[in-house]
Amino acid sequence: MNIKTNRIPDFDTDHDELEKIHNRYTVKMKAENVNVAYGGRPALNGVSLAIAENRVTALIGPSGCGKSTFLRCLNRMNDLIQTCAVSGNITLGQNDIYGADVDVEVLRRRVGMVFQKPNPFPKPIYENVAYGPRIHGFAKSRAEVDEIVEKSLKRTGLWEEVKDRLDAPATGLSGGQQQRLCIARAISIEPEVILMDEPCSALDPIATARIEELIYELKERYTIVIVTHSMQQAARVSDYTAFFHLGELLEQGVTKRMFTTPQHAKTEAYITGRIG
Amino acid sequence: MTDQSNINPLSADSVVGLNKRYRRERIYKNLGLGAITLSLAFLAFLIISISYKGMASFQRTEIQFNIEASWVTEANGNALTILKRLVKETLPNVTGRKARREANGLLGANAEDELNATLKGFGSEIPPTFTLWLPSSDNMDMAFKGGLVSLEEGDQQGLSKRQQTWALFLAEEDHLQKSFSLGFLTNGDSRDAERAGIGGALLGSMFTLGICLVLSFVIGTMAAIYLEEFSRKNMWTSFLEVNINNLASVPSIIFGLLGLAIFLNTFGMPRSSSLVGGLVLFLMTLPTVIITSRVALQSVPPSIREAALALGATKIQMAFQQVVPLALPGMLTGTILGMARALGETAPLLMIGMVAFIADPPSNILDSATTLPVQVFLWSDSPERAFAEKTAGAIMVLIVFLILMNLTAVLLRKKFEKKY
Repeated sequence: MNIKTNRIPDFDTDHDELEKIHNRYTVKMKAENVNVAYGGRPALNGVSLAIAENRVTALIGPSGCGKSTFLRCLNRMNDLIQTCAVSGNITLGQNDIYGADVDVEVLRRRVGMVFQKPNPFPKPIYENVAYGPRIHGFAKSRAEVDEIVEKSLKRTGLWEEVKDRLDAPATGLSGGQQQRLCIARAISIEPEVILMDEPCSALDPIATARIEELIYELKERYTIVIVTHSMQQAARVSDYTAFFHLGELLEQGVTKRMFTTPQHAKTEAYITGRIG
Repeated sequence: MTDQSNINPLSADSVVGLNKRYRRERIYKNLGLGAITLSLAFLAFLIISISYKGMASFQRTEIQFNIEASWVTEANGNALTILKRLVKETLPNVTGRKARREANGLLGANAEDELNATLKGFGSEIPPTFTLWLPSSDNMDMAFKGGLVSLEEGDQQGLSKRQQTWALFLAEEDHLQKSFSLGFLTNGDSRDAERAGIGGALLGSMFTLGICLVLSFVIGTMAAIYLEEFSRKNMWTSFLEVNINNLASVPSIIFGLLGLAIFLNTFGMPRSSSLVGGLVLFLMTLPTVIITSRVALQSVPPSIREAALALGATKIQMAFQQVVPLALPGMLTGTILGMARALGETAPLLMIGMVAFIADPPSNILDSATTLPVQVFLWSDSPERAFAEKTAGAIMVLIVFLILMNLTAVLLRKKFEKKY
């Protein structure tokens, strides 16, 4: 499949309601014919996907299907793996993120990431959120840092819970709080895209619900790509869904359509729980 | 075959082979316990026997003299003359040259210095009579510490018959005492056992270890950080890794030879100086510090690195702002343990001449010096009995320093330990 337009395919085709919701959104990131191999062993084959601005895109599929690999291509976290080779074309806005003059630090500032297991720095809560703005020189004075920390924590709904103990170690928070802290840390540098790699898989249902709510709120300001194992979560939080299977992107479409009338037999089998 | 009906179905007997498994478990447990008990017993034996011998080195035997001012003026303040007079006046039957020499032999070589110091303290106003405790010779010291015996009971080792009689006389008159002396810790080495101390060796050890610590911590941790965080994993780095591990197990005397060839012969650095000693020990501990620092860095979870990098931190920022602070306690522990090993090292220092007899404590890192373990080695070779006691004393000090360093390592680790 080849994306030529700047429109999300199937946004302006299938359903009327989708027309209404999505027509005015543009493509934030675009992957074309992306192949990834680990030490010569292929992990992703010819994946093409457009990611809509200010929408939530869910990547689903059984374990080992390459959805996390694809996610990590979007902010070049795969560069850390020495044997990983990426080919194809991924753009952020109009710019190729694998271009020769691209600086990964700048890219990652614009494309943030939240990981599967909450990974706060073993430092005070305040320091966790202040770290990003500091290294990028967003805040000169302590007051500016304070402001960013407060704003980020408020946006993730953590402020009321931790405002009295900003100096307490972040590792003392509960799992759900830690994950929201990681989200606060990610948005502290105002990225354009936030990548989430199964952000709720280590959390209980209540903490999961909070994160999902948060994702819903965050999409107003950010473009979100989320990898998830939970069909229900994908159905609840995402606008657009891509189904990966054995390193290939089998089917993509507006979430509602994907979950009601999947076109591929494998997709149907997966979302109904028969494979996975 | 036991009667099945009498066995409780919930007891161990009801499961075939379970009792055998339990018995095996007990045997292993007892073997482990026995091994620990045995090693503790050996350790206790070592420490007790060393302490028993070595404690006495912190004490010295002193002889009391009552001095009149007139003796000082008559001798024109010459301490040696006064001492001869003192001995003659205090001890009975000091007649004849041989007796006089033997009597003088009861006093330590440092008695003259101490008398001089006292006289200097008085200035021009010497009290008409005063009492002074002066250090005895090493033989007298040994005899008194070991318990004096009368002539009928046998010979006092190290003392002549006449000296033995005088010693008994002094003891009877209450003119002998044992007193705590810091001299052992502050004095330099000496041919006279009563004067010899580990001050010079302590200072030499500190200079040497200081140089070794600074170099191996800075260079070792930097190398480890580069290898763990920056280098790509390829043939070249695995080759390096194998060789670092090899170097860590090279016998230390080889490093001594290397130091001799490079630092002394090629660069012409001063022989037996703490500088060269420190450099040689640095070469020896470097691989250990690199290995332990790398282990410390590896124990920092990769998720911390990912978190920093995903925020757009550069590798340097990630390494020094997030990873190294977490690995620092491990790195420090590794370095201190490396230092503890360097503190006890003798062989490489022999090769670079730190084994020479050095009476004056070093005043800077270029001065000739010796270190604690080398001092132990030197003294253990001395024929005088008093040096056996000194050897044990020096070992005690060495062990105390080792315990302190290891304790610091444990405390540092406890203090900075972080949960992820």
